[in-house]
Amino acid sequence: MEQNYEKSLKRLEEIVNLLEEGGQPLEKTLELFSEGTALISSCSKYLDEAEQKITKLLSSGEKDAQ
Amino acid sequence: MITPTPTVYSVNELNTYVKQILDNDDNLKYIFVTGEISNYKAHYSGHLYMTLKDEKATVKAVMFAGNASKLRFRPENGMKVLAFGTVSLFPRDGSYQLYISDMQPDGIGALNIAYEQLKKKLEAEGLFSPRYKKPIPEFPERVGVITSATGAAVQDIFNVLSRRYPLAEVVLRPAKVQGDGAAEDIAQAIKTFNELNAADVLIVGRGGGSIEDLWAFNEEVVARAVFESHIPVISAVGHETDYTICDFVADLRAPTPSAAAEIAVPDKLELKSELISYKQHLLTIVKTRITNERTKIKGIEQKDVMCNPLAKITENRRELVYMSERLGNLTAGVLDENKRKFAALAGKLDALSPVGVISRGYALVESDGRIVTSKDDVSTGDSISLKVSDGVINAEVLNVNEG
Repeated sequence: MEQNYEKSLKRLEEIVNLLEEGGQPLEKTLELFSEGTALISSCSKYLDEAEQKITKLLSSGEKDAQ
Repeated sequence: MITPTPTVYSVNELNTYVKQILDNDDNLKYIFVTGEISNYKAHYSGHLYMTLKDEKATVKAVMFAGNASKLRFRPENGMKVLAFGTVSLFPRDGSYQLYISDMQPDGIGALNIAYEQLKKKLEAEGLFSPRYKKPIPEFPERVGVITSATGAAVQDIFNVLSRRYPLAEVVLRPAKVQGDGAAEDIAQAIKTFNELNAADVLIVGRGGGSIEDLWAFNEEVVARAVFESHIPVISAVGHETDYTICDFVADLRAPTPSAAAEIAVPDKLELKSELISYKQHLLTIVKTRITNERTKIKGIEQKDVMCNPLAKITENRRELVYMSERLGNLTAGVLDENKRKFAALAGKLDALSPVGVISRGYALVESDGRIVTSKDDVSTGDSISLKVSDGVINAEVLNVNEG
């Protein structure tokens, strides 16, 4: 996922709020809906496929050894 | 051989005698005894009764309410203590016991004092103040972990993080968490994370251990480093019951390292169910919208104009006929009026016409094609013509006289 999870979730909230307020033309409503569902599936995929990355910062004592 | 008459003591006399011996021995006054508490009983009167033991022996001990109320810790079975008191005997039971006047957990008396002093000092400086507590980010991209690379804590933390939120990168900075130089290493690790800006949240801690084992987290150098960290710090030292100075300074205290990992990141499963509810919510909104649009269209369809479009045309046609009739009537009226005006004008015109005059007996005199209106227009002998109503009379001028 190019965007980070937090930003995607924020946009999703924004979309839901816009749709809840109503007052959007039908075309815009459908456009927001498809953007929302796309965000949901990319977020969901991101959660499913993420693998934890572990890196190590060396302590000063270890620097010479490694 | 003379056998002296044996002295026969009562039990009470015996006990009282032994008690005197004990009481008079300066070696048994105000002595330190170290041992583990067992059979501990806090009487409602405030007196504490217990047995102190080591691997080989036990001794009864009592601490009266007046002294017990000054204790700064709560004694427990199994706790190693350093007791200060005097040995005497309780005649009723015939058992000698230690009358404790003061007591502290063994080996940590000095540490305890240092702990309390540092805690008071840092608290007075405001290092524990809630206004310095930084919020823990909701979705950290990098979680920094400062703990021993070999302890159980690091595995616990890794397990929780990968189960809950594999999206975050875990940055481990192995640190010495007990013994000489541990506090300095922990402090340096916190500084390194801050210098490199290598994490969005830091977990600093270690698994359970004795108070000596956890001591590094009570050192001022660690407290200062935590306080100065611009990265939020979650402190996770030992078990739930262990409170270190590091816990007080940290932005958040977790009872255990696993709990710290739980706090540091959101839960994947919760996030997924959140996504599912978002999806259902979106669907509901859009379905409702579409239903509303349908209802609107139905409403329009049911209007007269949509049901019977010809009605409007018929009505228009009727209107048109009416209008054209009205227009016709108006036109006729205007025409009659004009006719009347024309007749009047024609009458007036008739009165002015020379033809009318001629018909009444006048003649129009012309000479050389010009109308004669004066005696000067003609001379004697000129031919003139007289136009009358039904023809022309040609004549000759006989003479011209003044009128």
